[in-house]
Amino acid sequence: MTALSSAPVKPPFWNNPQIRAILFQVVALIVTVAFGLSIFENTQDNLRRLGIASGFDFLSSPAGFDIIQTLIPYSAASSYGQVFWVALLNTLLVSVLGIVFATLLGFVIGVARLSKNWLVARLALIYIETFRNVPLLLQIFFWYFAVLRAMPSPRDSLSLGDAFFLNIRGLYLPAPQFQPGFGWTIAALGVAIVLTIGLTRWAHHRQMATGQPFPTVSSTLALLIGLPLMVFWLTGAPLHWQVPELTGFNFQGGLVIIPEMASLLLALTIYTAAFIAEIVRAGIQAVSHGQTEASFSLGLQSSLTLRLIILPQALRVIIPPMTNQYLNLTKNSSLAAAIGYPDLVSTFAGTTLNQTGQAIECIVITMTVYLTISLLISLVMNWYNRRVALVER
Amino acid sequence: MNGLKALATTATLLLAATNVVHAGATLDGIKKNGFIKCGVSDGLPGFSSADEKGNYQGIDVDICRAVAAAVFGDATKVKYTPLTAKERLTALQSGEIDVLSRNTTWTSSRDSAQGMNFTGVTYYDGQGFLVNKKLGVKSAKALDGATVCVQAGTTTELNLSDYFRANKMKLTPISYDKSDESAKSLEAGRCDVLTSDQSQLYAQRIKLAKPDDYIVLPEVISKEPLGPVVRHGDDDWFDIVKWTLFVMVNAEELGITSKNVEEMKKSTNPDIKRMLGVEGDRGKDFGLANDWMAMVIKQVGNYGEIFDRNVGKGSPLKIERGLNALWTQGGLQYAPPVR
Repeated sequence: MTALSSAPVKPPFWNNPQIRAILFQVVALIVTVAFGLSIFENTQDNLRRLGIASGFDFLSSPAGFDIIQTLIPYSAASSYGQVFWVALLNTLLVSVLGIVFATLLGFVIGVARLSKNWLVARLALIYIETFRNVPLLLQIFFWYFAVLRAMPSPRDSLSLGDAFFLNIRGLYLPAPQFQPGFGWTIAALGVAIVLTIGLTRWAHHRQMATGQPFPTVSSTLALLIGLPLMVFWLTGAPLHWQVPELTGFNFQGGLVIIPEMASLLLALTIYTAAFIAEIVRAGIQAVSHGQTEASFSLGLQSSLTLRLIILPQALRVIIPPMTNQYLNLTKNSSLAAAIGYPDLVSTFAGTTLNQTGQAIECIVITMTVYLTISLLISLVMNWYNRRVALVER
Repeated sequence: MNGLKALATTATLLLAATNVVHAGATLDGIKKNGFIKCGVSDGLPGFSSADEKGNYQGIDVDICRAVAAAVFGDATKVKYTPLTAKERLTALQSGEIDVLSRNTTWTSSRDSAQGMNFTGVTYYDGQGFLVNKKLGVKSAKALDGATVCVQAGTTTELNLSDYFRANKMKLTPISYDKSDESAKSLEAGRCDVLTSDQSQLYAQRIKLAKPDDYIVLPEVISKEPLGPVVRHGDDDWFDIVKWTLFVMVNAEELGITSKNVEEMKKSTNPDIKRMLGVEGDRGKDFGLANDWMAMVIKQVGNYGEIFDRNVGKGSPLKIERGLNALWTQGGLQYAPPVR
């Protein structure tokens, strides 16, 4: 009997699943790159043929138009590059404020929705059902064209103590002007923050070790407010307030919140808060009722139960959908273009695009920016999510 | 919204590029479609606005109709696309429209870097200011610190900043996409002043609830020659649109109107005979029917007729001819001869 000397026939390499997988990936990659290249070439070709300038040189040429709200120095002589930063900061400003306010309002409404008080729970329900079911653009128009248009003219402004003025041009507030020596107050605040962190840690350790609670909240508040305030008075109150004054057509000086910004922020906050409220409610309800009962039977008050037992567990459910809402809010802020708030879409992807004719460049930059902002928010929220997630052993 | 539209047009720009364009491709495409895609304003009385039946009317609309009459011998073969100031140039660049007739100012950068060809001037305009009488302002020089409503993405926006800068005045601009929003804001008092081309100011004023409360300030701060625009790169199409306007101006000069065009064909004046296609091949040179110029005049009218009907004596705007009178009557409207 002949031995089974011949080794099994080696299959051809295209039947090897590993090689085949790599092969397909390489082919897919080549096709994608070729497609991208051909589109790029094609665009270049057509732009040349139509005689349209391309490239990013326009970013350094002067813009020649003014912008109503700028957080950094800007004039009509500034470059389109500066327009970009101004517009980006305006977008970020309204998004960050919107996220903060929507989260606070959403938590309050969400908890109110579960209140045992029938009236409070119903009011929260009506709020949620109304605001999340009316399109956001309509809400922006409502605030801008219906509510804020009913304000008086600058000459008949509503005023509070001759320092705050409200009229159709916006809300005018006194602007703080820091005098030399204010740095000490800021330094004191820094010291207070460091002390607070130390105190909190110490209190935590002590409670772990001895079970003795420490009034952390009131003591840190006293530290954070008291210390800087004391230094502020000791250094002779080096802070002046510039009060807005009516000169000519408008109020001059002071800070102004323009109605475009106010209506956008109001609409974004109120709309997103309705969704956040539902997320919070769902998160709290996801924690089994037995936890509450157990906590009560241990003698914890209901506020402590919420803070120590319910919320930490609810957060695990709340964070991922919350990230979505933050992303939505940021992207929805581009509806600013409808009411003339100078955000990225209206000022950069709009006016700048139109004045320069660089459609592709402007849109690509704008898309990249929104993508970057969204990915950053996701990144931060995912990191936070990992921190509060249940650690499985 | 606008971002989306701009994105869509950009995508078109990126993708609609495969067919290499030869000269005359625009005309071929139009003949295949059976209509002209014309970009107009989204609502400016006298220039382009839709009446209660949804028909577009105005001087800019009549240019579209005239080009359709030239190409098809039928002025109704137009598809109108209402565009905001911000969208208009991208729409033309991307091929969404064949001709842009939307009170657009002829400037050097639009002619060069942005790939446009202006075919002529339908209306010589200049930028002005509309204010409420209550403010007691008599001159634009007194507008220091004023809040000004302006349309985003226009030359107006740039002139405004230049003017305030040159006169060392403080400016608070609010840029809206639509001219209606600017008008509403002026009425509500969100801004003190509305700035735009003077013709538009008169048009905006009659749309306000109390037109008599507002005045147009005397200063004209810029030159705004408004005209139809086509894309770079198709000279044949450029010629057709350009000469459609010239024909209308020449017709007024020669006394040919939509009413008398048939009688004029019997005229002994060789200029008139050439233009109406009775003599020579001037029409065929453009790749069109030999009587296309007669069709333009018959169906749409001469320049004087469309001016009077839309913005002049025969319209609610009652704007004087002024700079827009024929050169023979002290104005700037002048067309090269048909020869």
